[in-house]
Amino acid sequence: MASLFRGLRLSMPKFQAASLIPVIAMLYVGVIILLPALEVVAGAFAKGLAPFIENFQSEELRSAVMLTLRCTAIAVPANTIFGLAAATAIARRQFRGKALLLSVIDLPFSISPVVVGLMLVLLYSPTNGLLGGVVSSLGWKIIFSWPGMALATIIVTFPFMAREVIPLLEEEGWDQEEAARTLGASNWQVFWKVTLPSVRWAVVYGLILTTARALGEFGAVAVVSGNIAGQTQTLPLFVEDAYKQYNTELAYGAALVLASAGFVSLLLKLFVEQLIGGARKESVPELESAS
Amino acid sequence: MAPVLLARAQRLELPSWLQMSWSWRITWLYMAFVLFLPLGALALKAASVSPDQFWRLATSPEALATYRVSFGLSLLAALLNGVFGLVIAWALVRCSFPGRRLLDALIDLPFALPTAVAGLALAAIYSTNGWIGGPLFALFGLKVSFTWLGVAIAMVFISLPFVVRSVEPVLEALERDQEEAAWCLRASPRQTLTKVVLPQLMPAILAGVAQGYSRAVGEYGSVVMISSNVPFKDLITPTLIIQKLEEYDFEAATVIGMVMLGFSLLSLLMINGLQVWGRHWEANPASGA
Repeated sequence: MASLFRGLRLSMPKFQAASLIPVIAMLYVGVIILLPALEVVAGAFAKGLAPFIENFQSEELRSAVMLTLRCTAIAVPANTIFGLAAATAIARRQFRGKALLLSVIDLPFSISPVVVGLMLVLLYSPTNGLLGGVVSSLGWKIIFSWPGMALATIIVTFPFMAREVIPLLEEEGWDQEEAARTLGASNWQVFWKVTLPSVRWAVVYGLILTTARALGEFGAVAVVSGNIAGQTQTLPLFVEDAYKQYNTELAYGAALVLASAGFVSLLLKLFVEQLIGGARKESVPELESAS
Repeated sequence: MAPVLLARAQRLELPSWLQMSWSWRITWLYMAFVLFLPLGALALKAASVSPDQFWRLATSPEALATYRVSFGLSLLAALLNGVFGLVIAWALVRCSFPGRRLLDALIDLPFALPTAVAGLALAAIYSTNGWIGGPLFALFGLKVSFTWLGVAIAMVFISLPFVVRSVEPVLEALERDQEEAAWCLRASPRQTLTKVVLPQLMPAILAGVAQGYSRAVGEYGSVVMISSNVPFKDLITPTLIIQKLEEYDFEAATVIGMVMLGFSLLSLLMINGLQVWGRHWEANPASGA
């Protein structure tokens, strides 16, 4: 009887604490993350669907969408090529300073986007930049123009692809490439038919992360853009500008477009994780039967 | 060096050296253009400032006030997320409850939601007529948006995922045997938590806190929307850099930018150190104590 009582007394507080943990977690995430997400949707449709659709007749909003897409369309392929090149060069190879090189690739994650923008201004500004003379003598316009903004987007997003592909390639090993080569495949063929397919999910994952961040980048682009409405305003800059000018509906309309892109990227990411999980489970029995 | 590499390449039957050197060439060229050149421009500009002037600009009252806001409030936000991140990771790994998958997906939202959108939404919710700010103002007369509290909330929002995602895998790998053993040896639940579980999670928690801290210090988009951007009150360091640039005060902007860059490098080193410590601990828990 006594032991039963003790068991009860022991298990009671444990039960309470255990059921409290998910409640606290849900409350915290609900207040900090879920409510803001709902607010965007509620704010965008506050006056119904018609004003929301009307927003898109704004010339400035449309040009902001186009500029955001242009920066993303430049940054994503550029960083994909770099990520794959860096992965084939660095992964599966041991050399002195490898850890340092990997940290350097990660650097843009820890530098404030504003400092990234500042660096570009100090490099390319026609009046104060290190290469300002070269830039203006060539007649280029980089700062306060789209090339600078695309460059800012590239810097801020450039670690994503490399970081996804390098660890996976390290895990895979050389066997398949060597087999392909002994069968007479050229380097290019090996890359396209063996290396790339073996890391395809990491590449897809990297594409999703890079695109999501490129669409939403704010700080770095804000510094180099000059924020001229209709000319050098990306969608995030447009949101801030409209909000500051008390053009709330327009701000929410643009914010919902951006938020939807974010939600889609999140769903795609979950979907890919599911696929990878499925693929791993399928490949395990195969491996077992092979050994 | 080169002959050694070449010999190794031949032994492993690596592709002809040409292709590898192409991927190396792309890597270095790209990094030089995208990373080293801009970094060099900042460093050169900073080097052109005399040491006295550098120190004067870096520690001007205006700059010091923004450091207090940026570095102080970020620490507050990161520590708060250290506690709640652990609770959330625990709920995700150890508990089963309805909505667990939704919770898991929501954690990544601060990464996926563009910062301008997050700032807009947070400013609206915590304004005096918002969903949360309204009741807070009516009941306690507390203003959140456009004060330092709002800045802290935005920092909490963007640094939340780091601790959760850093602790989760370690907690998953933790063997329940140890907790059961502690329990068998008559350790109380509190003792089990503080003496068995927490020490093993500590490297992961600290790494997550450091990552969140570093991110919150550098954050601009969401903070600038919810802050009133008044100097000496709730102005953050990145915004000060932008203001200096708008005043064409390139020297001050460069010096303050260097301070932030120095902090970034330091935090990167620390995070790497913490992660190495964490792996070391996983491999050999006893020696870490």
